Amino acid sequence: MNQLIDERERTVQIKEMKKKSAPMELGPNKKIDMGEIKLSIRNLNFYYGEKQALFNNTLDIAAKRVTAFIGPSGCGKSTHIRTYNRMFELYKGFKADGEIIMDGQNILTTAIPALHLRRKVGMIFQKPTPFPMSLFDNIAYGLKLHNGFSSSEIEGRVEKALKDAALWEEVQGKLHHQGTALSGGQQQRLCIARALAVEPDVLLMDEPCSALDPIATAKIEELIEELKGKLTIVIVTHNMQQAARVSDFTAYMYMGKLMEFGATSTIFMNPVRKETEDYVTGRFG
Amino acid sequence: MNLLFRRKLLNSIVLTMSGMAAVAGLFMLAWILGDVAWKGYSAINWDFFTELPTPAGVKGGGLANAIVGTVLMTGTAACFAVPFGMMSGTYLAEFGKNNIFGQVVRFIADILVSAPSIVIGVFVYLILVKPMHNFSGWAGACSLAIIMLPVVSRTTEEMLRLVPPEIREASLALGSPYWKMTYKIIYRSAASGIFTGVMLAVARVAGETAPLLFTALNSPYWMHGMNEPMANLTVILFNYAMSPYDDWHKLAWGAAFIITMTVLAVNVFTRIILRAKRRGS
Repeated sequence: MNQLIDERERTVQIKEMKKKSAPMELGPNKKIDMGEIKLSIRNLNFYYGEKQALFNNTLDIAAKRVTAFIGPSGCGKSTHIRTYNRMFELYKGFKADGEIIMDGQNILTTAIPALHLRRKVGMIFQKPTPFPMSLFDNIAYGLKLHNGFSSSEIEGRVEKALKDAALWEEVQGKLHHQGTALSGGQQQRLCIARALAVEPDVLLMDEPCSALDPIATAKIEELIEELKGKLTIVIVTHNMQQAARVSDFTAYMYMGKLMEFGATSTIFMNPVRKETEDYVTGRFG
Repeated sequence: MNLLFRRKLLNSIVLTMSGMAAVAGLFMLAWILGDVAWKGYSAINWDFFTELPTPAGVKGGGLANAIVGTVLMTGTAACFAVPFGMMSGTYLAEFGKNNIFGQVVRFIADILVSAPSIVIGVFVYLILVKPMHNFSGWAGACSLAIIMLPVVSRTTEEMLRLVPPEIREASLALGSPYWKMTYKIIYRSAASGIFTGVMLAVARVAGETAPLLFTALNSPYWMHGMNEPMANLTVILFNYAMSPYDDWHKLAWGAAFIITMTVLAVNVFTRIILRAKRRGS
């Protein structure tokens, strides 16, 4: 919550500092071959109360690929992906309009219950968020929410989720230990395992490595590499090298607007817009 | 040089004064505790815990009925106040953060926390004791529960609010309903804090005298139920300390010792728990 408000304030500050160069809106990803599309975002606007934070974001997210959002602090990256699972609904006065089409349905309408949506669209946060319970219970919590699994099925799925999150080797035999006793990187992989256990189609990652050291970061990036092909991943990152390493497509955002979107190689090597080039080469932001 | 000297002088004067103030405060505390421990401890013996009070002038006797009465009334009060207080604290923290009803409840709880306990005693006297024409253990427990309720409610709210928002979001992001998140995740995160709050609330009411004076009154006999006047340590302490008999004075010191040590023990215990929790996470 505080983080959101900070972000909102930073947006205002940046806006006041740089009032020049109102960007034009881009059409929906012309001439990029993206394969199957998982999410189609059309004219997405977002408001923190009176204050508008996203302006007509329009893009497609490719199925079973990694899409990265980059941009300076307060540009609306996190705000953007938090609309995909309607996490903003938790707070009073936050609202989104426009369309996010997933599997033929607009997920922004309340016709789709948030509980169902969030099962399909998992989320990993900046700070690892293990629950104050054992490793096993951390993962079983999500499983018990949705299906009437028998306890042996739950055991199997917990093990599978830990293997999928590349954590099984390290925690095997100590599943009854507290989740909070793990290292930061292990905690983050525990959170990924927990999200994977409910078998989502889409995994949102909001700066998943910014609280981790380089070795833990490398492990998470490796994991992302393994997971793509199994599910759609959308990652927000401040680290441009990370975006370049892990993603297939990259969106550059600035002041709530989607400035440029395309294949990651194009965005980093041969961007269309001057602003994008300035940002990815480190001249700005 | 002169300026430096003045600064140093001023510094040492202020330092000495604040040090002395701290010593004075500690001295009073040590004096009270020391006096209670010294005079109280000598009054404690096996009879103190097993015997009924004796009539004035008769040697010996104990406060067994008063100890049981205090435990019984405090326990009964906790049985009512803890669940209701936790529920209302949960409402305030999770559902009534900004709405008018939540704000009204929070405001009333704050006023109740600081209300003089004798007012609550008189209130229960009017609504329970007077219509029933009888002082009773129930009335005593009721007044203690009213004192505990807002304390438990506000502590629960504070502790739930300390749970980081990321934990809530992470739970909801799995598709968890709000109530299940509160019940399974948030309570667990806040458990030691809520427990501490409850223990401190119990310790607080265990030492209350004024509300019991109007409700449970006192009794020199064993109770046969909560429907009759009930002996308790604090009112006995009050009565016996005011009496002219040395034997009763001695029992009063014993009662003071027991109450003080219990409250002290609860406070120390909760501090240890909180410290362990802080180190653990």
